[in-house]
Amino acid sequence: MLLISCPWCGEREETEFHYGGQAFVAYPADPESLSDEEWAQYVFFRDNPKGAFAERWVHSAGCRRWFNTVRDTVTNEFQS
Amino acid sequence: MSLRRSPLAGYPGITEIPFLTMVNVRVRPTGDAAARISERLGGPLPVVPNSVVDAGSRHILMLGPDEWLVVGPDGDTGLPDLLREPSASVVDVSANRTTIEVRSRDLLEHGCTLDLHPRAFHAGRCAQTMIARTQVILWQTSDEPVYRLLVRGSFATYLADWLSDATGSTSSTG
Amino acid sequence: MRLPEGGEIDRTKPLTFTLDGVEYSGFEGDTLASAMIANGVLQVAPSLYRHRPRGIFSAGIEEPNALVQVGPEPSLQATTVRLTDGLVARTLSGVGRLTPDSGQRRYDKRYTHTDVLVIGAGPAGRMAATTAAAGGARVMLVGLSYPSGNVRFRGSPQGIPPADGAAELRVLSGARAFGYYDSNYVLVAHQQTLWHVRARRVILATGAHEQPIVFENNDRPGIMLAGAVRKYITNYAVLPGRKAVVFTTNDSAYATVAALVQSGAEVTVVDSRPNPPDLAPQGVEVISGLITNTDGPERLTAVSTQDRRIECDLLAVSGGWQPAVHLFSQSRGTLRWNGQAFVPDTPAQANHVVGAANGTFDTRAALIEATEAGVEAAAAVGYPVPPPPLPAVREREITPASPVWLVPGDPRNQFVDLQRDATVADIRRAVGAGMRSPEHVKRYTTIGTGTDQGRTSNVPALGVIAAELGVTPGDLGTTTFRAPSVPVSFALMAGRDRGKLHDPIRTTPIHSWHVAHGAEFENVGHWKRPWFYPKPGEDMETAVLRECRAARTGVAMQDASTLGKIEVVGADAGEFLNRMYTNGFKKLPVGSARYGMMCKADGMVFDDGVTMRLADDRYYVTTTTGGAANVLDWFEEWSQTEWPELDVRFTSVTEQWSTIAVVGPQSRAVIGLVAPDLDVSNEAFPFMTFRETTLVNGIPARIARISFSGELAYEVNVSGWYGLAAWNAIHDEGKPYDITPYGTETMHVLRAEKGFPIVGQDTDGTVTPHDLGMSWIVSRQKDFVGKRSLRRPDTARPDRKHLVGLLPVDPAELLPEGAQMVASDAPLTPPVPMEGHVTSSYRSAVLERTFALALIKNGRHRIGETLLAPLGDRVIAATVTEPVFYDKEGARRDG
Repeated sequence: MLLISCPWCGEREETEFHYGGQAFVAYPADPESLSDEEWAQYVFFRDNPKGAFAERWVHSAGCRRWFNTVRDTVTNEFQS
Repeated sequence: MSLRRSPLAGYPGITEIPFLTMVNVRVRPTGDAAARISERLGGPLPVVPNSVVDAGSRHILMLGPDEWLVVGPDGDTGLPDLLREPSASVVDVSANRTTIEVRSRDLLEHGCTLDLHPRAFHAGRCAQTMIARTQVILWQTSDEPVYRLLVRGSFATYLADWLSDATGSTSSTG
Repeated sequence: MRLPEGGEIDRTKPLTFTLDGVEYSGFEGDTLASAMIANGVLQVAPSLYRHRPRGIFSAGIEEPNALVQVGPEPSLQATTVRLTDGLVARTLSGVGRLTPDSGQRRYDKRYTHTDVLVIGAGPAGRMAATTAAAGGARVMLVGLSYPSGNVRFRGSPQGIPPADGAAELRVLSGARAFGYYDSNYVLVAHQQTLWHVRARRVILATGAHEQPIVFENNDRPGIMLAGAVRKYITNYAVLPGRKAVVFTTNDSAYATVAALVQSGAEVTVVDSRPNPPDLAPQGVEVISGLITNTDGPERLTAVSTQDRRIECDLLAVSGGWQPAVHLFSQSRGTLRWNGQAFVPDTPAQANHVVGAANGTFDTRAALIEATEAGVEAAAAVGYPVPPPPLPAVREREITPASPVWLVPGDPRNQFVDLQRDATVADIRRAVGAGMRSPEHVKRYTTIGTGTDQGRTSNVPALGVIAAELGVTPGDLGTTTFRAPSVPVSFALMAGRDRGKLHDPIRTTPIHSWHVAHGAEFENVGHWKRPWFYPKPGEDMETAVLRECRAARTGVAMQDASTLGKIEVVGADAGEFLNRMYTNGFKKLPVGSARYGMMCKADGMVFDDGVTMRLADDRYYVTTTTGGAANVLDWFEEWSQTEWPELDVRFTSVTEQWSTIAVVGPQSRAVIGLVAPDLDVSNEAFPFMTFRETTLVNGIPARIARISFSGELAYEVNVSGWYGLAAWNAIHDEGKPYDITPYGTETMHVLRAEKGFPIVGQDTDGTVTPHDLGMSWIVSRQKDFVGKRSLRRPDTARPDRKHLVGLLPVDPAELLPEGAQMVASDAPLTPPVPMEGHVTSSYRSAVLERTFALALIKNGRHRIGETLLAPLGDRVIAATVTEPVFYDKEGARRDG
């Protein structure tokens, strides 16, 4: 079970958080101008690296704030 | 007979502090609105997350970077209007949660993953967390210790059941 | 046999116990196993598959043979069960039986945090804990046993004093750490409590397990690990045999030799080394050689070496020591083969391994390691300590061990895993079939899969596999270590999360009324909602038809407090809702309400509900009962991560408000009585508006004209404190109109008659608003989350599944929800092409027949077609219809 550091509440158990997937996938400024392929990339496709991965978490049972972090998907260590 | 009814009215063996006034305030912490709210409360909105500031008969709990819970006594009906500001979200949540008082750290440690050791948690601290399987605002009011658990009304009976059950087991497992 | 003196038992406290129906006695401080040996009972239940006689083999958690059932708990090791007065145990062949209800025992869990967690309370663990705690750090020491006096051990007459002085040292004695997870999260079983320990530093002093040697007939009662024999003599003052042979590959067994001799046993040593060290007491014969076989009717009577036969009743075996690396390995630390054993190599978390667990078998070196780890940990957690003085320890010279993996013999009777009854023949079969990886051999032979987790079989198995393949065990590597490393009961894992505490039950402020009035309840998420209110003699169908009739012809009321409620506040609240909902909210007038629908980015319906505009900058959003938390999370996600520039904030008010629906042609009259100050005429209070008012009993209320049934209807919102009082007031004022409480089943029927879908029942995450036939709610002017997806080729396919109605041809037949529909001409032999499925199905009072909603491929273009629901024993035919069955014109809405 991970110990996750919430920027506001400090270290809390993984059970207080929800995972938000890859970070820095911005909502397109003008979805209507995108091709089907481009839109599908936004909706369905995410990276799945072995190693450092920038991802989002939300402290759902606590302050409900979203934050970005970098986790090593091999060691589960948070690097930021 | 009063028309008001608290979630744990008549629940045996549980110390409920019913009908506290609670107002959720969400506002940018550095703006004028926050300053005006602080002034009217007579105490600053705390800026250390998970800390509590006393302002007379009221207490201000910092829940998040732009969120506070102001807790006043029963009947503090003017509180929501007192805090209202055009660029702040001020919502009366008095009936949203009820308050249970607990005087045992040991009891809480049967269902709370937080570090409640006095070195890590003490009077003047609060935290939004889970106790057993329900979300609470845990607030330590005294180092004796005395804790307040602010629990959603719909979960109050579950939490009271859980606390009653845990009280039965703490005597044996110390 | 109990020795006349010695041991750490309390001879002033005799205990009686029963094993397999026979009463025996032991002493306080005994384990069940030591008390059995004291009574001459060495033999246990026969083995699981081969039914061979077996005996107590070890003195700890590595025990493969001596499994017992104690009361309700199966598969306990007699070697770790503390003897208590009146204990009743039964020996087990391999498996026990779980007692379905062990209700009399209370299990629980505890969460704790510590600066330093020390696992293992032997000399190294105790030394590490004492050191780490001296500066004030919070230290937790977890061990199987923790004697209250000095810990004495070989070569150290004064031992290590107890560390009870440190204020923040907590000792869990009789506890087993069995799981080591991320971020130093360790699970510990201690009596009936499961401890969840979060530590900043962990020191593993878990010791080592002595390994057996594989030879023919190595499984008889009377064959034991050498260290166990010594432990029985020194800790419990019991002598397992009078005429002993000690078979060893290393120096450690000579301590057993000494203990045996001191206890009056006759001893012969067989040492695998060509030149055994001179460690045996005077008069003990030491033979250089190997044990090749054993003999005996059941219990051991003799052993054979290559050239001799020696009569004996005890064979103490030492094949070397394997560090207990289970927890270290679970923590993802890597292991390395040092020629004798697998030892910890690189840690993956903030931990240290010390002493025998680290392959450091010399006591002095182990204590130095423990001290250094304690000092390091104390400094790391901010409570530094100077290095403490070491206890005096005699240094010893060690003669290198000579490991023996396999002594030639009949492989069918050379046991590698005693608990799994697996032999060298089984390994040869696996290797002969081409398996090379220990993981494959393990699964094929089941070696190491018993409750002892292969503590006495994994390394010998690797040795045998290596010998077969002509490599070293280090070339093979170990199998993966997984939690739990010792058996843990399900009851312990469940703790108090059982019965009504298993999952929270959420109730509304009106719940007590529902209970008092005989409601049957339905679980919706965690909520208990009234399902229907049967009157005496009514079944569900009758009650629901009556409730439906009341709502369609008179007046009925429902507790709708479970709806999720969120206040959305800020100058950009309208803009934000516009981006979330498929339809627009920015222009909604203050005082009005609007139904809205939300999609995920993939265009699939996610939630729906009615939103009221309380002020220019303030909306009151309702969500589905099950969707409240998800919607709030969804709002927060978009607001915080995509559009932080929008001035909008959210507060959940689900329990702040109690909501009561008042439904039916007579509802206006009732509301008029309940809210006397309110002009309830259709002109003054039109559909989809709300009013703030005061109820007849003085309660402030917000009343909205919202209908989920197509009937004239109101929703009365009051503070949760007044929910019950408002309910009572409406019930009282409605009495002249015979107001009828109704539950979720009636609500479902009423809305289905109108073709209103329920998100999560008629949708399943693959349904768009267009699929539901609700294109009218999809804005063309503005962007909203999911809009672009509705143009994707797959989402825009004309033959997607559409929400349609189904009318069974026989109006009395009820289609089961979930039934698959097939074409009327489809062959009923697989594979049968599926046309869709039934999502909702009810009996309707007003239609006087059954009806259903269904998602059917291209359904809107198949109106009038007959489809079939093959149900195994029967087939129900139904006609596809529009999804609106009642009041298609919407004439009833305004009363």
